[in-house]
Amino acid sequence: MPQVVVDVVLKPEISDPQGQAVLGALGRLGHIGVTSVRQGKHFVLEVDGTPNEAELQQIAETLLANPVIEDVELHLPTD
Amino acid sequence: MRIGVITFPGSLDDVDAARAVRLAGGEAVALWHGDHDLRGVDAVVLPGGFSYGDYLRAGAIAARSPLMQDVVAAAGTGLPVLGICNGFQVLCEAGLLPGALHRNAHLHFRNRDQQLRVERADTTWTSSYEGGQVITVPVKNGEGRYVAAPADLERIEGEGRVAVRYVGGNPNGSLNDIAGVTSENGRIVGLMPHPEHAVEALTGPSTDGLGFFTSVLTAVVAA
Repeated sequence: MPQVVVDVVLKPEISDPQGQAVLGALGRLGHIGVTSVRQGKHFVLEVDGTPNEAELQQIAETLLANPVIEDVELHLPTD
Repeated sequence: MRIGVITFPGSLDDVDAARAVRLAGGEAVALWHGDHDLRGVDAVVLPGGFSYGDYLRAGAIAARSPLMQDVVAAAGTGLPVLGICNGFQVLCEAGLLPGALHRNAHLHFRNRDQQLRVERADTTWTSSYEGGQVITVPVKNGEGRYVAAPADLERIEGEGRVAVRYVGGNPNGSLNDIAGVTSENGRIVGLMPHPEHAVEALTGPSTDGLGFFTSVLTAVVAA
């Protein structure tokens, strides 16, 4: 069954305290080369038949992400 | 005066909100998220809690529930709506109020009595207060940090949409100390702190919260 992947991350101008907490932990573990962490969400959708890009884009932008504070990226299956 | 209180799966403060409505002199009407029936109420309160376990984003699933479609439609024709804590998150997710609520800056759940300054005493839900009045009500949230992109924040401030602001310390890192906002017409208000927990001397830090519930009764009678 075709899989569609949707990635959601906070817009760059919205601060991400969870990402900052991860960055802090990395620093304590000695990974000082990592200078920024942004935490997001990763959705995997299985769809019947050929994915309808317009419908999936709408799903991504109106439910999976909150466009007020998040950016969304849709990845359709490449065959 | 019939004030509806919506219960979602995971609502916690619906009983306190209904009690606050009754103490203010209104009739509290229980509404269920899964119905398509506002039961002829004159106003609606969305209570605090953790609807759908805060899955996806706080308030996101509840904002798409059957009854919320009716609330959005009725709000468009002037139905007064108050969202408290999770209810505020639902109103932002439903697009009825600007901005969004995100994880507290310090990542801790914060529960304390909180001072607020009433910035707008001319909304349907705040007319019992004086402009600039400082009130004390409990605040309790883990995802209560009010955020918006810089351009949106400028517009929200420019339009005077901030209804209440934190004073005496910001509990969650909300931008510009914003605790609550209003719709353009002043009939929809959302705030993270809990006025319904400050309506009786026995259980609250004050009775300052009662004003939200008396305000709407005055407004509905006048209308």
